[in-house]
Amino acid sequence: MTLLLNQGELALIPYLMAGHPDMATTREIGRKLVNSGIAALELGIPYSDPLADGPVIQRAGQRALAAGATTEACLEAAADIAGEQAAPVLLMTYVNPVLAYGPERFARDAAQAGVTGVIIPDVPVEESAEIAKTMTGAGLETVFLVAPTSPDDRIAAACDASTGFVYCVTVTGITGSRSVLPTDVNALLAKVRTHTDLPVAAGFGISSAEQVSLLRGHADAAIVGSAIVNELDAGRDPGPLVRELLSACK
Amino acid sequence: MSERTRFGRFGGQYVPETLMAALDELQTAWLQLRADNGFLSELRARQATFVGRPTPLYHAERLTEHFGGATIHFKREDLCHTGAHKLNNALGQAVLARRMGKRRIIAETGAGQHGVATATVCARFGLPCTVYMGAEDMRRQEVNVRRMRMLGAEVRPVTSGTATLKDATSEAIRDWVTNVRDTHYIIGSVVGPAPYPEMVRELQRVIGDEAREQYLAAENTLPDTVVACVGGGSNSIGMFAGFVDDPSVDLVGVEAGGLGVETGQHAAATVGGQAGVLHGSFSYILQDRQGQVLPTHSIAAGLDYPGVGPEHAMLAELGRASYVAVNDDEAVAAFKLCTRLEGIMPALETSHAIHHVGELAREMGPGARILLCFSGRGDKDMHTIESVSPTDMPVIGGPL
Repeated sequence: MTLLLNQGELALIPYLMAGHPDMATTREIGRKLVNSGIAALELGIPYSDPLADGPVIQRAGQRALAAGATTEACLEAAADIAGEQAAPVLLMTYVNPVLAYGPERFARDAAQAGVTGVIIPDVPVEESAEIAKTMTGAGLETVFLVAPTSPDDRIAAACDASTGFVYCVTVTGITGSRSVLPTDVNALLAKVRTHTDLPVAAGFGISSAEQVSLLRGHADAAIVGSAIVNELDAGRDPGPLVRELLSACK
Repeated sequence: MSERTRFGRFGGQYVPETLMAALDELQTAWLQLRADNGFLSELRARQATFVGRPTPLYHAERLTEHFGGATIHFKREDLCHTGAHKLNNALGQAVLARRMGKRRIIAETGAGQHGVATATVCARFGLPCTVYMGAEDMRRQEVNVRRMRMLGAEVRPVTSGTATLKDATSEAIRDWVTNVRDTHYIIGSVVGPAPYPEMVRELQRVIGDEAREQYLAAENTLPDTVVACVGGGSNSIGMFAGFVDDPSVDLVGVEAGGLGVETGQHAAATVGGQAGVLHGSFSYILQDRQGQVLPTHSIAAGLDYPGVGPEHAMLAELGRASYVAVNDDEAVAAFKLCTRLEGIMPALETSHAIHHVGELAREMGPGARILLCFSGRGDKDMHTIESVSPTDMPVIGGPL
């Protein structure tokens, strides 16, 4: 996989919503982040009705759309960031913007932009056959999610369908910070590992250095979204938070 | 894609992984219970004594006379307990949830009719109930908010997006994602991921099954055309289910044309939308070129939704049912006309279908037969009607 991993060490995947607060900021922050020692950058393409997202990312998406973010512009920003030739860029969006753009065209344009993979959280394995074939056909990796509610057969299917890494949802719920992570996260991560040799990244609800450090030795990467979006909401550079999270990985 | 979750190419299960196990569990429980005599007899008994079924078939003589054309009958779902067809589904799903051992109920509501129906069954069974409702809808359906609270439900205002039914549905799904282990989501229409569209149709098909039998008994023949309003499309699909295998019966769904489909200010997803994914299923939705779901407009909160159930999308594509749009002002006029001529105050949602029935009756002429699903009563809409036309209610005997 193209995640930048150091053997045995926890890595970080920060999330940015493309176009939040504006596309120029996304490009600038994104270019800095991919050069900061992260494993990959997850770049969100906004959608009006994001069912897996909590209030922070919902609001960021609404702000991006209100500021005129289009899928085309998000792909251009992705190309700009991927042009740094540093950490890989993954796209996270929902199925309807991809259908509206046209799956083949989306896959081709994303690959041409230098994107390495896609995460579409409202496409479970059952609905994935065509769209995953289209993405992998263009050379993109597909990342599927497993959740604390996924029984073994679903975990196995998601691991089989994933080609980049497996996204392990740490909480039963939507994105956004939690004061504590459930105690059985590491058990879930261990179970996922019995089904795959791919790297396993943990996300949803992870917002602090302390929570990141608890994943050391259990996950290959920690995905942090809402906490970073919060920094941008407050008009702050998320750089210092990312550096703090990176040092918690070690 | 799996065929068991589809209506033709429509439907499916486009939801976060966290919900997939719960949908499987629901599907399994539903398939077992729909063939379970204990469940079915419990449901029938409660329908009879709690909902008030069967609801009557009514000959709308004065409207028939007024339009001067086809003979018009109403299937009186407005006479269901709580005032609309919504209780058929809420009751069925509550009985199901109890048998599945779910201890908490959530729902979304637009006009408040589904919220009231859900709050009602939760009061009856002693289940905690949370209803998500757009802040804008809470304002225009304030009486229903009070009814839900009186029944013991918590009504949570939703301010995101357009603060209407679409956003309330998204919030309810997010609650379900978070509390899926002990919570059942009683979705209010034939929308959402499988198995909901099929399950809600089966719980609403009592409308069409009763109506067909009653119509045959009263008229010795079938209607030529069956008409119902379509928001998400549950009263219509329940009504259509009774007649879909009768090729001689035309099925017509009436969507909300708002200020006119050409203005973009409407909620007619089948008439004016394109195929896309909303709330877990692939169907016709109102969206922009980027695939972002568009804000909708209808005077009827219960129709103010940018999607339609996937089975309707299939029926439309097959040509088995046809779909038209009726505008706000036409619905308001039909509301008044029906109230004054029949002494039955229709919901604004139903009023859309009544307007179209008038046009069809004239077009089809005497001797033809129309059956309307009279989906709900209009008390909840008094405030809205008075605010758009406060002083022009004529006295009886005056001009209409």
